[in-house]
Amino acid sequence: MSTPTYQFAVVFEQVTRAFGEVKAVDAVDLKIRDGEFFTMLGPSGSGKTTCLRMIAGFDRPTAGKVFLHGADVTALPPYERDVNTVFQDYALFPHMTVGDNIAYGLKIRKVGKADRLRRADEMLELVRLPGYGARKPSQLSGGQRQRVALARALINQPRVLLLDEPLGALDLKLRQQMQVELKGLQQRLGITFVFVTHDQEEALSMSDRIAVFNQGKIEQIGTPAEIYERPQTAFVAGFVGTSNMIDGALARQLTGIERSYALRPEKIHLCLPDAPPQPGSVALDGSVVDVDYLGLFTRYLVKLDSGDEMTVVQQNLQKSATEVAAHAGERVRLQWLKENMLELKG
Amino acid sequence: MASSTTSLPNRSFLSRVSTALYKRPWLLTLLLFLLPLGYMVVVYLGSLAALMVNSFYQLVDFSGKIVREFSLKNYAALLQPANLSIILRTVSMAAAVTVMCALLAFPLAYYMARYASPRAKGWLYLAVLLPLWSSYIVRVYAWKLILAREGVVAWLANQIGVQWLLDGVLAAPVIGGPSLSVSALGMFIAFTYVWLPYMVLPIQAALEKVPRSYLEASSDLGAQPGETFRNVILPLSFPGVVAGSIFTFSLTLGDFIVPQVLGNSAFFIGQAVLAYQGTAGNLPLAAAMTVVPMVIMVIYLLVARKFGAFEAL
Repeated sequence: MSTPTYQFAVVFEQVTRAFGEVKAVDAVDLKIRDGEFFTMLGPSGSGKTTCLRMIAGFDRPTAGKVFLHGADVTALPPYERDVNTVFQDYALFPHMTVGDNIAYGLKIRKVGKADRLRRADEMLELVRLPGYGARKPSQLSGGQRQRVALARALINQPRVLLLDEPLGALDLKLRQQMQVELKGLQQRLGITFVFVTHDQEEALSMSDRIAVFNQGKIEQIGTPAEIYERPQTAFVAGFVGTSNMIDGALARQLTGIERSYALRPEKIHLCLPDAPPQPGSVALDGSVVDVDYLGLFTRYLVKLDSGDEMTVVQQNLQKSATEVAAHAGERVRLQWLKENMLELKG
Repeated sequence: MASSTTSLPNRSFLSRVSTALYKRPWLLTLLLFLLPLGYMVVVYLGSLAALMVNSFYQLVDFSGKIVREFSLKNYAALLQPANLSIILRTVSMAAAVTVMCALLAFPLAYYMARYASPRAKGWLYLAVLLPLWSSYIVRVYAWKLILAREGVVAWLANQIGVQWLLDGVLAAPVIGGPSLSVSALGMFIAFTYVWLPYMVLPIQAALEKVPRSYLEASSDLGAQPGETFRNVILPLSFPGVVAGSIFTFSLTLGDFIVPQVLGNSAFFIGQAVLAYQGTAGNLPLAAAMTVVPMVIMVIYLLVARKFGAFEAL
């Protein structure tokens, strides 16, 4: 086992967290680089939030070690760790004003009142809520509370900021706006963000690197492009974006060996049944079962003659002669480049 | 049942009543409130009004008759030193009992709200509420025995060699007496015991409403457990303490059983009311004395509302 260095903001060594019989986190090794926007992505119950809570110190590992900037913090309580958290429910103190909420960390550190007020105002400026200091959290909208929670977590100038599904409660437009702001803030401040989400689109758009969690284990760690373009397991291929699974007899027919492959729906060309095969491509015939018009694109469900079903996505560009606006029941030919079939582990 | 919207006469009586009520929500509200409202107006407010009116009448000393004329003499009598000291004694006891109940109840409520497993919590609820299943007069007499000179407390003090401490406390002015069973301290102990459940439950309810994430956020921002308690837990559960104090304070203020059983000749408000209307036959003065705890409680409730006690109930 290598000795962790300061190059890494957070290091997990064989960390396990069991709740009774259930292993919420199962022997996880993880290295989060200093200054990166790191996302822990996974469905609920996959262990991502438990991992975040172990970085913050709210949960202790049942086995393994947690390091922050090289120091073993496994046994340290939250108030002795140089990390701060933005909570899913924001956890703003309802009996304090927005300003007092933000300045809470400074008050605990015995910073003088004048200094506290000044820095709380600066933080409000940073999260674009100037002049809101005297209000109570109950007088703010969800998006504004989100910003206050962010300001409160940042005022202690932590080296690592933990964000536990912070955008989950916001509506789509606001969420997208906050995604951009959070990313910008992280780049400006240069501190490590550890972001927990179950929203794969959010993860892809914001992160430097993503860890995909499933059943207490990390399935894959990589950049958004790596995760999307080269998913290593069937779970990742299915959870991040959508994938058609090619295995069993169909895999043998196409590649000669019985392995599992993932194929992204947008990589498949939907052609007329008599379209000539393209070089380097695979061509299979089938009939359209279902058509979903989704504005930007149309999604087709095609049942191949082999019995397998494939999802195909076609952008709604101006349709060219070779493309078809297929309807349910029509015969079609699917073609895709062999290299777009992504080989999966196991 | 074969009925349609067009054949109205065929519908059952109940169905027509339902529809009538559905169309007139105010009628339903009125029906629901008629009984409790009538009771409150006639029995509760009626007796209060009778009490208030009586407090302005006057007993003529030599004839022993009540003159039904408006007068403030009863209220003037309340300001006499004897009555003032009764009021002061009662209010002090109520305040002391309230503080003690809060000090005892908080840790228990905190344990119940934060740490106890659902099973343990069930047992603790039972333990807190069990005393309320028996008559409180019986329990007060039980305390009489426990605190008596030959009782278990005195015996225990003797056994562990702190008899001198007990004697010293009993020798003290105001709180002392010939034995714990005839002293202000004994009353204080019994009062604290009988009203404690009324303090535990509101505090526990208030603490349960504080989400765990608030405590985590506080410690995340650097606060040690003690600081989290002072800055987050206590302010957020304080309305519960105030709510509980309404019970302990008002119940002590109006009680006359505990002073009767465990007290000495120094009267409490409740005893004074009893004596004035019974032995002395001075119903108007008794009524005026009753107004005192009511006024005190109105003031107390107004202050309690400022602390948000009613949101905690």
